Amino acid sequence: MSGIPHDHYEPKTGGEKWLHRRLPIVALMYDTIMIPTPKNLNWMWIWGIVLTFTLVLMIVTGIVLVMHYTPHVDYAFASVEHIMRNVNGGHMIRYIHQNGASLFFFAVYLHIFRGLYYGSYKEPREVTWIIGMLIYLLMMATAFMGYVLPWGQMSFWGATVITGLFGAIPFVGDTLLVWLQGGPAIDNATLNRFFSLHYLLPFVILGLVIVHIWAFHTTGNNNPTGVEVRRTSKEEAERDTLPFWPYFVIKDLFALAVILAIFFAVVGFMPNYLGHPDNYIEANPLVTPAHIVPEWYFLPFYAILRAFDDTVWIVQFASFITGGIIDAKFFGVLAMFGAIVVMALAPWLDTSAVRSGRYRPMFKWWFWLLVVNFIILMWVGAMPAEGIYPYIALISSTYWFAYFLVILPLLGVIEKPLAEPATIEDDFKGHYAKDHGDAVADPTPAE
Amino acid sequence: MIRQLTLAVTVALGLGSGAALAAGKAGEVTDYHFSFEGPFGSYDQMQLQRGLQVYTEICSACHGLQYVPLRTLGDPGGPALPEDQVRAYAEFYEVFDPTLFDGEGDFRTATPNDHFPASNVSNAPDLSLMAKGRAGFSGPYGLGINQFFRGMGGAEYIASLMAGYTGEEKEEAGAILYENKAFPGGWISMAPPLWGDDVEYADGSPTDIESLSKDVAAFLMWTAEPKMMARKQAGFTAVLMLTILSVLLYLTNKRIWAPVKRAAKETPAE
Repeated sequence: MSGIPHDHYEPKTGGEKWLHRRLPIVALMYDTIMIPTPKNLNWMWIWGIVLTFTLVLMIVTGIVLVMHYTPHVDYAFASVEHIMRNVNGGHMIRYIHQNGASLFFFAVYLHIFRGLYYGSYKEPREVTWIIGMLIYLLMMATAFMGYVLPWGQMSFWGATVITGLFGAIPFVGDTLLVWLQGGPAIDNATLNRFFSLHYLLPFVILGLVIVHIWAFHTTGNNNPTGVEVRRTSKEEAERDTLPFWPYFVIKDLFALAVILAIFFAVVGFMPNYLGHPDNYIEANPLVTPAHIVPEWYFLPFYAILRAFDDTVWIVQFASFITGGIIDAKFFGVLAMFGAIVVMALAPWLDTSAVRSGRYRPMFKWWFWLLVVNFIILMWVGAMPAEGIYPYIALISSTYWFAYFLVILPLLGVIEKPLAEPATIEDDFKGHYAKDHGDAVADPTPAE
Repeated sequence: MIRQLTLAVTVALGLGSGAALAAGKAGEVTDYHFSFEGPFGSYDQMQLQRGLQVYTEICSACHGLQYVPLRTLGDPGGPALPEDQVRAYAEFYEVFDPTLFDGEGDFRTATPNDHFPASNVSNAPDLSLMAKGRAGFSGPYGLGINQFFRGMGGAEYIASLMAGYTGEEKEEAGAILYENKAFPGGWISMAPPLWGDDVEYADGSPTDIESLSKDVAAFLMWTAEPKMMARKQAGFTAVLMLTILSVLLYLTNKRIWAPVKRAAKETPAE
């Protein structure tokens, strides 16, 4: 499947041949699990398995929760308490599902930043990247709607704020808002449609995950050097790669076990640490919480949303030239979605011929600044919009856009990259020779 | 170790939880010691029973526990009252039963299958989840570090609130407000519920305000999180099993890769 030459499945027994002529499903599974994988993948290549596992974990726990949950404004909060108190093992299933969302986003952010550092988004993997971005958007939609279901105070007011964003769209906003909410305000109709979509979207994500895997199995994995696997012959390809089973399956499962140990420590010992106490108060449309704060994984983009208020010159400028159609609120919405759009466009904004950040001396600095910037955005998104915080949010938001729109295109022109190793095999050997203090020269300068 | 590791990861990624900010301008919350703190902490059964007594004799005059089934008073990991005591306790309460009186509904004596009644007073919040609906600790700077080390502080907040009255009163918009050091904003509409020696404990435990406050706070932690003991047990088992699995997978991984790495070492790059 991957275009990398390797052994294919040969049906041997009569039964296998019978099935293979009618449905080559065993061949599909064999080729998927035995796909040649670059030998030199490091520990940042484990997040795909973690994410796939988490998706399944969320679907399984979610289906069980649905058996006991009541999607009605009068009963939703009480039915969650019913799960926590009366359903056998319900408290564990619910806490796993609740904290599973955090695990999901934790893993997806590391997965995305891995892709950004090693240039996994670059030709020929643009489609993998775009599908990944769609998955990320759907994850955010799913997590947001799931957070509304317990019908706590933060569920209700979070839903009010976020659906309200769509009301900021000029001309159609008000109509769109009523259509989304199923009425003039967040109410039973909203809860029901969110419940329905929260059940549906994970299966759409599952479908996209299969396409995501299909896409990168077609191009082959990227790897820390960004150098492609040699494909001229099977012998050459085998010097750069190892089959996914067992080498990477076992490695990934080891990483998954370690991460799950930490995850279950959180679920078992501090399940509410990442949550918000206000969500243990039943939704009350008449009482607004002191601070409406989204879950941690939304905070960076929430910070970007709030950063562009009407004191910022670019907002005033946009408002002026559009005759007021783009106001501060709509500008914030555009900025929030734009922040994800510019990230999705990275394959076409990055002009460097070198894929991996490892061989890009200037890029490295800007990349790590982006990571720090992302953490600052996450932090400032949780702080009240007063004092110095709006300025920090504005500077950080600006850097987010500058990284993708200015720095990535410019670096490709002005940066002088280091020499890449000629092959993945060289990188792998160089790594282990160095690791063990052997007198083997680093292969890089020799090329 | 795992807590430290989680801390490293959490702090590294700046996952300062939104919860950290929940308290807003929080009052002074004392970090009381509770038996249920930490990964291995458990409820003190006698303390929960004393807290139940304080709730019953004082709090329940206004506040309800509508999500808590009375039968759970007999569950292990909670106050664990004997079955006959649970039944006798349930009989203190009257509940509204909509099936009685030809479907028009009527009040009847509660059984263990009923829940505690809801609040009697409209502005007295239900206490079932109060210990999880409030955060005593936050910060510093929205980073959630205090909550990581000291817990969310719900029980500490309740105990501090009970013991936090200064005795000052003021009248505002026709209502009397009482000054309370622990309450965000400093003035609360609830009159001081505890004065010391409000109840008489059968086991002779101290009944000063602080002890009563801690007992009822512990009880309310249990009403909010009745399965805490089972959860910690499950968490401990899961972490232990996954740690063993990690070690086995680590060794498997090392063994599988050993020939590949050896070959890479022995035949240097061209």
